[in-house]
Amino acid sequence: MTPLVCYLLLSALAFAAGLALAVTRRNAILVLAGVELMLNAANLNFLAFWRFSPHPEALTGFFFVMFSIAVAAAEAAIGLALILAIFRQTRTINIDQIEQLKG
Amino acid sequence: MSLSFLIPAVILLAGAAAANVLRNLVHSVLALTLSFAGFALLYLGLGAEFLGLVQLLVYVGAVAVLIVFTVLLTGGGIAGERHVLSPRWFQGFVLAGVVFLLLGYGIVKSAHTAHAPTTTATYPVAHVGDLLVTGYALPLEVLGVLLTAATIGGVVLAIREPQGSEPQGSGSGDAE
Repeated sequence: MTPLVCYLLLSALAFAAGLALAVTRRNAILVLAGVELMLNAANLNFLAFWRFSPHPEALTGFFFVMFSIAVAAAEAAIGLALILAIFRQTRTINIDQIEQLKG
Repeated sequence: MSLSFLIPAVILLAGAAAANVLRNLVHSVLALTLSFAGFALLYLGLGAEFLGLVQLLVYVGAVAVLIVFTVLLTGGGIAGERHVLSPRWFQGFVLAGVVFLLLGYGIVKSAHTAHAPTTTATYPVAHVGDLLVTGYALPLEVLGVLLTAATIGGVVLAIREPQGSEPQGSGSGDAE
């Protein structure tokens, strides 16, 4: 069985990749996608700790990840709808050009 | 380290790295989808079969399609943009590297807490369903309300306004 450290390091790498995607891109869609990747990395941590915990039969981390996936799906839907609304107002989704809150 | 960890890990990291490197928006999103599939394989390997399948359905099935739809509606994948990276992209990558080093330092320093899993038993979906309607009934109900609110909110945000300028861009956010 793979030790817990491998899962945690893999999760940290995925988190860093998501962070890099979120802070280096100009496109708002990819920024949101980077946030999704970071969320997934956190979920992997939860599942790894659940698997290696003394009482996995309580399924605590399991349910946390399940609810987290549902919330992340809602977040993706709302975020992409927001991006569409912004695109309709400004005709761009380049986050360097979107600089005013007034619609 | 077993093969059931290495293969998903390579898929995950390759997808994440390609998403960072590729310039085309659609290619980048597809690479990210590959990375989500890697997560699903890892969940399967950890003994959470149900979550692996949920991950596959929600992320590879719904979220990835939603992102691609938004890319198409905003015309992102067509024009060859010259500058896909922000002006301060170098600081961004340095920041990500520093975050990884900090996280890795913390993980390795606390490695003595890691031990082998106490059991390799898997938990059937029936057990998950039992818990979902008994102990986790209230969070489930709250989640139902949240998803309903998110669906309505997505439609309200993305619906075309009556005085809309162009006939294009009639997106909807309810594809989840």
